[in-house]
Amino acid sequence: MSLQPQELEYLTKKIGRTPNPTEMHIVAAEWSEHCSYKSSKKHLKILPTSGPRVIHEKGYDSGVLDVGDGYVVTVHIESHNHPSAVEPYGGAATGVGGVIRDILSAGTRPIAILDGLRFGDIEKDSHARWLFKNAVSGIADYGNCLGIPTIGGEVEFDRCYTNYALVDVASVGFGRKDRLIKNHADPGDVVVLMGGSTGRDGIGGAQFASDSLETEDRSAVQIPDPFIEKLIIEATLEARNEGCIKAIKDLGGGGLSCAVSETADALGIGISLDVSQVHLREADMNPSEIMTSESQERMLVITDKKKLARLQQICKKFRIACSVVGTVSDDKLMRITDKKSVLASMPAEVVANAPLLDRPAKKPAYIDELRRKKEPAPKKDLSKTLLRLLASPNIASKMWVYGQYDHEVGIRTVVKPGVDSSVLRLDNGKYLAVKIDGNPKHCYLDPRQGAMGCFEEACRNVVCTGASPIGMVDHLQFGNPENPEVFWTFLESLQGITDFSKYYNIPCVGGKVSLYNETPQGPIKPTPLIGVLGLADKKPLGPQKIGKGDVLLLVGNTRDELGGSEYYEYVFDFVGGKCPQIDLAESKKNMDAVLNLIQNGQIKVAHDCSKGGLAVAVSELAMTGGIGCSVNLGAVPQEEMEGDRVLFSESHSRYLLVADKSTADAITGYLKSKNIKFGLIGAFGGDSVEFVRGKKTVAKLRVDKAHDKWFNSLRDLVSHG
Amino acid sequence: MRVGVIVFPGSNCDRDMFHVLKDVFNLDAQYFWHEDKLPKNLDAVVLPGGFSYGDRLRAGVIAAHSPVISDVRKMADKGMPILGVCNGFQILVEAGLLPGVLLRNTSLNFMCRWTELIVENNRTPFTRQFKLKQRIPIPIANGEGRYYADKATLAALKKNNQIVFRYSENINDSVFDIAGICNKEGNVVGMMPHPERAVESEINPKDNKPSNMIFESLIATVGARR
Repeated sequence: MSLQPQELEYLTKKIGRTPNPTEMHIVAAEWSEHCSYKSSKKHLKILPTSGPRVIHEKGYDSGVLDVGDGYVVTVHIESHNHPSAVEPYGGAATGVGGVIRDILSAGTRPIAILDGLRFGDIEKDSHARWLFKNAVSGIADYGNCLGIPTIGGEVEFDRCYTNYALVDVASVGFGRKDRLIKNHADPGDVVVLMGGSTGRDGIGGAQFASDSLETEDRSAVQIPDPFIEKLIIEATLEARNEGCIKAIKDLGGGGLSCAVSETADALGIGISLDVSQVHLREADMNPSEIMTSESQERMLVITDKKKLARLQQICKKFRIACSVVGTVSDDKLMRITDKKSVLASMPAEVVANAPLLDRPAKKPAYIDELRRKKEPAPKKDLSKTLLRLLASPNIASKMWVYGQYDHEVGIRTVVKPGVDSSVLRLDNGKYLAVKIDGNPKHCYLDPRQGAMGCFEEACRNVVCTGASPIGMVDHLQFGNPENPEVFWTFLESLQGITDFSKYYNIPCVGGKVSLYNETPQGPIKPTPLIGVLGLADKKPLGPQKIGKGDVLLLVGNTRDELGGSEYYEYVFDFVGGKCPQIDLAESKKNMDAVLNLIQNGQIKVAHDCSKGGLAVAVSELAMTGGIGCSVNLGAVPQEEMEGDRVLFSESHSRYLLVADKSTADAITGYLKSKNIKFGLIGAFGGDSVEFVRGKKTVAKLRVDKAHDKWFNSLRDLVSHG
Repeated sequence: MRVGVIVFPGSNCDRDMFHVLKDVFNLDAQYFWHEDKLPKNLDAVVLPGGFSYGDRLRAGVIAAHSPVISDVRKMADKGMPILGVCNGFQILVEAGLLPGVLLRNTSLNFMCRWTELIVENNRTPFTRQFKLKQRIPIPIANGEGRYYADKATLAALKKNNQIVFRYSENINDSVFDIAGICNKEGNVVGMMPHPERAVESEINPKDNKPSNMIFESLIATVGARR
């Protein structure tokens, strides 16, 4: 909760005197890893952030993409891991709240939420179940109340998150380009604090999130109030329409300290703030507490003096508090006063820009050891193994989760959750597909290839709806960066994401870094999460009825790379081997071809092949379609490997395509002309999903039985304990 | 035809309902804030879904004491068509304009899914175009959607033909699988499912025509009144 000695020295030198205690508190909040990115900032510069659709504005926390016809889409991703690990309901709920306000700060209306949740082994660990259930409730209660649909995400369980939780929330906004809030301010403008009162909750939250979770400091967790958040959304948009907002910033990590210094720095202005004017929840709070409280549902607004009365009127209509707390000057100072007495006065630029660090990095020894580990011999009964996998928590249907989220409100959800990617309709007649993906099991074995794989998987999911990827957000979650081995995994993942982003020309429009994710057993597995947005001009490919005789094609090569697969980890409890690798040229060739086929209307259903491999992906198609499928393994393009591996390998760049028999020739002709590895691997019909090689049945399951297990197992697991 | 959409603090389906009335059915829709007076020339009023006052205390109970409710009550007394959807239904019940109560779902969870309704009363302003027992594919989205009425009230509902919609399955242990009811006169209808989420084929994975008939019934009713 305090500055490092060298940081204090740096600060003293910069401001030319010893900082007083209030100043130290303010700077400590702002220079926390959480707010300042001091470990990561230097390295993040390698990510490509520009592109024809990208719009850059001053002081934005969210990325903006032009989707044509005068409209924009905004997107942001954040996590709330430390708070959720201690108090999952409030931590997850306020995680939603924070990212929503970032979308709102651009002047766009939030239209979707996605969440990525990760916990320990819920089959064996009742604490993990408790965290999971309460995090889901927190997200549901918050998002549902706001009337913003939660349209997708992912849930994963892994022992590396024991006694911990990763709660990532992404949000998407939509609005008119000419109504984006172009942050600016002039001397004499008024600074207003709008929304909830400032209390003692969340004090030091940013520092709490910037350290290993050794003390369960519940007071550092913020308290959610979605009702106030909803009123803030409506009041802010109305104030924007009335020209009452010159600049706006959400109060998140670091509270007022962060919002004031970053706004002043970004706009090149000075801000003088009087803490006695801040509306408080408790009367006896001291200035440092007021400056670093992370109470939720608050916005900092800069308005023209002439517009102040109108802004106050709007706030009155929605019955939200609105205090005039400061003024804008041209001296570029962040000045904090208590009535007339000056408590802090420092250049905003100094406060907002922590001295950056050069952390050492070293390749962990475990990587090569695990790579060389002897891989398990195949299971005998592969039907049983497949059924077990379908019922495993990471693969089973997540209906229990998304059924608690209102995913219809806003009447945009054209493709609903439960398939590769949900799709929203936009006001200009276009469609937006959004997906987030992570894969810590792959990233643990090979952080660079694993991160690229997450990126490709998110793209594959979006592409399976017929949308072209237009932008990406990344959320990089790792353990303690002071550990060179952890820091190496961060740098490797970042490089993988950058390589993929550059090759595909998909710009990174936003993101977040979350470090110090440590459990009592050590650092979490590297968990970069990638969110991809895709745009489609035509009605997207959603669930369609699969008919008897429809054919199944597999695009892409299946390789002997089962490291980090669900098969190895869940069935054998084996961690090791080589994780799936991306060949960028092949990756793009396959994706372009699949997108082309879908956009030409030649495909009925497209499904990405990922967790659990080919066997699981085909079963999912059969179970959701309520129809059997027979797959000839001999027709699967593959490297030579033992028989069971082709079923469960999680090789990337693979897509399952369902098509009417009559179009099969045209499709195979096209794929051949593009020189793509593919196979016409099966046909639909009957009531079983089966995999045969020659005359031998390798695995076979009744579709209804498989569906029952897959659909209900997660719900049963959670409701019985 | 002029339809008022009432907005309470925390309403969140108001914009969806407005869009459907105005852009899908070309009606003259107007928003009214919960503190507004309702003009005399309105033909119908809709109370949309959402979380008025954040569902504090009990869903709908605070909004039921809003200033606008006295005007809604006057319109109800005059026999004007009034529809409450989801939170709007909860508000009508809490205001005493409809009998019974809406309780927490037995799963204790919020539920968002598609289901099917069966039309049990085709004499209300919102159902007159349906055949009895006709089915409507429609989504629900609620945490407090379990309709409950005591035995005497349920008997009265049956006797007076006040049960408008029933679920085709036991979705949340609502008494008698009730999804929507009306007042004795039939002009005030409340329903938990969301017709505004089902009228456009693009977002309706099943069949949007039945849901359309809820709004077409209203248009026919108002047309006939004039």
